[in-house]
Amino acid sequence: MSQIILYSVLTLGVAAAAFATILYVTARKFSVEEDPRVSEVTEMLPGINCGACGFPGCSGMASALVDAADSGDISHLNCPPGGQETMKNIGRYFGLDAGDIKPTVAVLRCGGSCELAPAKSNYDGPKSCALAHSTFAGESGCPIGCLMHGDCEVACPFGAISMNPVTGLPEVDEEKCTSCGACVTACPRNLFEIRPVGRKSRRVWVNCRNTEPAIVAKRNCAVACIGCGLCKKTCDNIVQAITIENNLAYIDPDKCIGCGKCVPVCPTNAIVATFEPPKPKPKKTVKEPAAT
Amino acid sequence: MSTQAARDGLIVALPPHERSDVSVARIMWSVVLALVPTTLVGVYFYGLRALAVTLVAVGSSVVVEHLIVRYLFHRETTTITDGSAVVTGMLLAFNVPAGIPLWQIVVGAVIAIGVAKMAFGGIGNNPFNPALVGRAFMLVSFPVDMTTWPVPGAHGFAAWNLDAVTAATPLGLIKEAAGGGLAAIADQLPSYGSLFIGNVGGCIGEVSALAVLIGGLFLIWRGFIPWMVPFVYLAGLAVVTGVAWLIDPTTYIDPLYHILAGGAMLGAWFMVTDMTTSPMSILGQIVFAGAAGILAGVIRLFGGFPEGVSYSILIMNAFVPVIDRHIKPRKFGYGKTAPSKGGA
Amino acid sequence: MQKLKTFKIGGVHPPENKLTVGKAIEELPLPKEVAIPVSQHIGKPAEVVVERGSEVKVGTLLAKASGFISAPVHSSVSGKVKKIDTVVDAQGYRRQAVLITVDGDEWEPSVDTTPEVIEEVTASAEEIVAAIAEGGVVGAGGATFPTAVKFSIPEGKSVDTLIINGVECEPYLTADHRLMLEMAEQLLVGTRILMKALGVTRSWIGIENNKPDAIEHLQKVIGDKGAAGLIPEGTIEVLPLRVKYPQGGEKQLIKAATGREVPSARLPLDVGCVVSNVSTAIAVYHAVQKGRPFIDRIVTVTGKNLVAAGRGGNFRVRIGTPVQALVDAVGGMPEGTGKIVMGGPMTGKSITSLTVPVTKGSGGLIFIDAAEARRLTVQNCIRCTRCVGACPMGLEPYLLEKLVQAELWEDAEREGVMDCIECGSCNFTCPSNRPILDWIRLGKTTVGALQRSRATVRAGK
Repeated sequence: MSQIILYSVLTLGVAAAAFATILYVTARKFSVEEDPRVSEVTEMLPGINCGACGFPGCSGMASALVDAADSGDISHLNCPPGGQETMKNIGRYFGLDAGDIKPTVAVLRCGGSCELAPAKSNYDGPKSCALAHSTFAGESGCPIGCLMHGDCEVACPFGAISMNPVTGLPEVDEEKCTSCGACVTACPRNLFEIRPVGRKSRRVWVNCRNTEPAIVAKRNCAVACIGCGLCKKTCDNIVQAITIENNLAYIDPDKCIGCGKCVPVCPTNAIVATFEPPKPKPKKTVKEPAAT
Repeated sequence: MSTQAARDGLIVALPPHERSDVSVARIMWSVVLALVPTTLVGVYFYGLRALAVTLVAVGSSVVVEHLIVRYLFHRETTTITDGSAVVTGMLLAFNVPAGIPLWQIVVGAVIAIGVAKMAFGGIGNNPFNPALVGRAFMLVSFPVDMTTWPVPGAHGFAAWNLDAVTAATPLGLIKEAAGGGLAAIADQLPSYGSLFIGNVGGCIGEVSALAVLIGGLFLIWRGFIPWMVPFVYLAGLAVVTGVAWLIDPTTYIDPLYHILAGGAMLGAWFMVTDMTTSPMSILGQIVFAGAAGILAGVIRLFGGFPEGVSYSILIMNAFVPVIDRHIKPRKFGYGKTAPSKGGA
Repeated sequence: MQKLKTFKIGGVHPPENKLTVGKAIEELPLPKEVAIPVSQHIGKPAEVVVERGSEVKVGTLLAKASGFISAPVHSSVSGKVKKIDTVVDAQGYRRQAVLITVDGDEWEPSVDTTPEVIEEVTASAEEIVAAIAEGGVVGAGGATFPTAVKFSIPEGKSVDTLIINGVECEPYLTADHRLMLEMAEQLLVGTRILMKALGVTRSWIGIENNKPDAIEHLQKVIGDKGAAGLIPEGTIEVLPLRVKYPQGGEKQLIKAATGREVPSARLPLDVGCVVSNVSTAIAVYHAVQKGRPFIDRIVTVTGKNLVAAGRGGNFRVRIGTPVQALVDAVGGMPEGTGKIVMGGPMTGKSITSLTVPVTKGSGGLIFIDAAEARRLTVQNCIRCTRCVGACPMGLEPYLLEKLVQAELWEDAEREGVMDCIECGSCNFTCPSNRPILDWIRLGKTTVGALQRSRATVRAGK
């Protein structure tokens, strides 16, 4: 009986010692040298691995930050989901200035809802914007209008996009959006744009990308931009943020001050704002002198 | 001014704009039709009890699938109209003895449909043949009831209780009489004729090779099963059992007997050819069927069970992804007949 | 009876529905206005050389070829250029086109409008190719590849066989069938011209066996011409083929006729063959012998409801004619139409507007009943292998669909997604109504872009 116990203990003990030695030796021999700062910076990042920074995952960004810090400047790097707070923390860690990064958000540039750009034909195929785009111009006839199949909703890793069942258009939740750019890539018609959030979330943009001539564009959508230039005329007196090219107006987000004066002048309501725009002042009329 | 062609809007789709009239339902209901001869023979030899078992198996399969699809998956429409649950129910019934307690077949159906089919995502997603999984589960859970075979014709057509007269199946007898004992049981073994027509003990669907053959040939004629596959399966079985028989004919019975006895015919024509659980290329299907046939022979001769068909197919089902990965159909423009440069 | 040749891998048998086969070719009355797109071919769009207000005649050059792979576009009517604008194409996207208000039917003096068939081919091979290029001839079978480019054999390649594609394997379409019956002589001259351009002494005219009258007629005409010394013995032969879709696909046709398989990602040229459609061959005849550019084509207007009402037929249509004119010619759209397809039912595009103009590649207009038009509910793939058995390129469509949906582009590339000829056999035969080809197309677009960017990167290195 005691012999069995002795042999068992000996065999298992020897086996354990052998495995422990092998493990120890391999761990030492194959260990990877890593700058300890990389893992520390990785901890400071959100850990979502969305790729919005342009690097492969948060550890990729951390390596880039460490390299940048070693050359003295990290202000050109930004983590959109982490935002200003994360970058300031990392800046403090390296003792460098993180730079002032404007927060951004994804914006849909199409107002062609089911009501305003009614369907004239029926798409019969898989629920995929990429496929619908290659099949035909779209149910409304506008070749650059939202196809409403939700490729953007599926692509968003943060659940920030949801398809509105009434309008049919995608809506971006400003709180959840991290400007990672997945929707920009997913939309086959390039309808999303990453624009600055704006001071107090005030932003204005042209809700259309149609470059067709006015008659054609209006045939398909009630709120299409017709390139009439009234918005440009208005803004030329303020900050000159609006340009017209190929029958389409564009508001430069870096110049726009969010006053909203262009919104009410648009004859087709193609310009939208996230706030109530100012009502246009009634034109001054010259008073007839009172008859004496 | 409308340039649109129709007020309600024309339909726009990518081509092709034609479709053939073969649907999943048509395929499945054709299989059901092909299984009718086997049902009739089973009822003929085992009476109304066999019919009850079949109906309960089919009924519970359909109900389980409907409940899962509508209330667990929350789909808007049911899938039972495609007939695949009916096929599974019938095949499950054909794999059990006629006298099995009805509640046990319900359990089998729940496992076959609920676990083996729906848990993987429904039709087309199951890696293992659902009827065989149900049967294997029942064999392990109810070993006595699953191995008590009533003698055909000994109970009267409307009899409910079929355990008055039971006997071992021919394969069971052969397995028991090991080591040169074939001569001793020769008079207990049914003739080839009986095996072919169906006057022999066994599970409901195992008895008549002829009935199965009629159904199988019908499916080949419709183009729903590949014609080579059943023959390859039976050939694999025949080769293994044939070699054994040649070596020792006193212990091992001849391959023709093996083909006709037990579930070999049912397995060859209806289980090995199941679309979802077999490979996607013809050569892959041949390899699959051949290996399964060989395995069936090996289990029958050397395994603990007298019947090896179910396990052979279930084991080969597990290899289907590997077969699909390595055996692919011939692509146009990649072979030796395709010169890569220059003129003719 | 000798066994009919066909291709070995895959194929399906859609119902033929050659409802308009008995209708002789009719001239469609000239429309009031035409819109001639400047890009009706593969390659760079042609460059417009006329302007608003220009007077044009039939055959006047409207836009010249821009680049090697391009083709010129000519006016198909006489009248005045209304404007250079965009028109909606079959897919609803706007494309540049020349809009012309039609006035009379005056032809350019350089075009020989006499009906006599000119049998003698005096032009040299180079002159032939130049005349084809000048005539704006492109593949009329639907692919619209510039014919002059196809027949300019590059250095180092050699051709020994010309195959004329009279297969017309798509259901419903009967334009080529009628052409073979009514313009057989011109077809044979066109064939001889193309043979001279290539310098080959062997050509086949592939015809599916469901056109016995065309086979017989062509054989007879070949015999007559042979007796007259125009066609040397054994140089042009009719090749009856087994009816199977897609027998008209050029790779499948080459396989059936010669037994040679075009290697993946290569051209028929690489196995010494060139394939040309019947309509194209006749357009070549017109361009070389008559100086007549590609300005009209035969369009089959058909559909079950339409033909049941005694209407429909094969029309000679001027390029640029709006579809509305064809609809008017057959007495309006039939009741209950749910889908209008431009082209054949297996590869054609479903249109949303009747203002779409007929182009060089439009061979058919099919009115499909609403009941048949809707796709059925998509079900799970049941792994039945019917798509694998149907694919003429030996691919595994179910697998390609899955890989594309999972966005595994490199795997899809490896499984041969770029070899797909988009014939539609997989969709046709799938019992679960899965839109397999839709996804494969998405895969081809994405993998194609990946391959091009890889090539660009490699070239940049």
